[in-house]
Amino acid sequence: MAMLHTVNKSVFERSTLDSCISMAKAGSSILLIEDGVVSAIAGTAAADRISKAMENISFYVLGPDLRARGMSEDRVIDGIKVVDYEGYVDLTTEHDNIQSWL
Amino acid sequence: MDQDENAMKFALLINEGPYQHQAIDSAYHFAKAALDKGHEIFRVFFYHDGVNNATNMAVPPQDDRNITQQWSELAKAHDLDLVVCIAAAQRRGILDENEAERQGKSCANLADGFRISGLGQLIEAGIIADRLITFGD
Repeated sequence: MAMLHTVNKSVFERSTLDSCISMAKAGSSILLIEDGVVSAIAGTAAADRISKAMENISFYVLGPDLRARGMSEDRVIDGIKVVDYEGYVDLTTEHDNIQSWL
Repeated sequence: MDQDENAMKFALLINEGPYQHQAIDSAYHFAKAALDKGHEIFRVFFYHDGVNNATNMAVPPQDDRNITQQWSELAKAHDLDLVVCIAAAQRRGILDENEAERQGKSCANLADGFRISGLGQLIEAGIIADRLITFGD
């Protein structure tokens, strides 16, 4: 039973992404939205532990929220897939349930 | 736009108010994308500060989005069921005509397309919908 987790705060503001990574089962997915898109940027102090988590968990980031914050898709960590709202909807249908980390 | 066998029923839970958090905007874009893909939005439930999205007394600047109006129009276009939690609404001064009269208030302020009901509507949405998505802070 694969779960989609959404995280809407930066890894530098709240501990929700780290909590989510520690709780998420292998084969589940994490979608970064709203201020959570900051966590997807390559080269930050958090990038290494996100890359490590990607061994077991698929990572996605919401493109419109990324661009709204002045960040381009070529700056995201290798392996994180950029999706639009249509992709967001698809992720919710492809997973059995959705946990919004708030 | 095609309605196919992959179409799902969605329920959305909104826990934050307008112009302070992105939750309601994210929910709106999600709802539009889901509807465009042929999915059904079974219900949108407004809870906690989320009930503040349902007031028709807000007058945002003309160059900004009118969040309440966006939802009223989406509800009209797609026959959406926008349900406001009654206990959360009464605390925050969101009243339909019946409640305004019952509480002796001078006016009602529930926007078009919204209705006031109880928490049972959220539970029912969770049971009936294929996916329940929470938008909050």
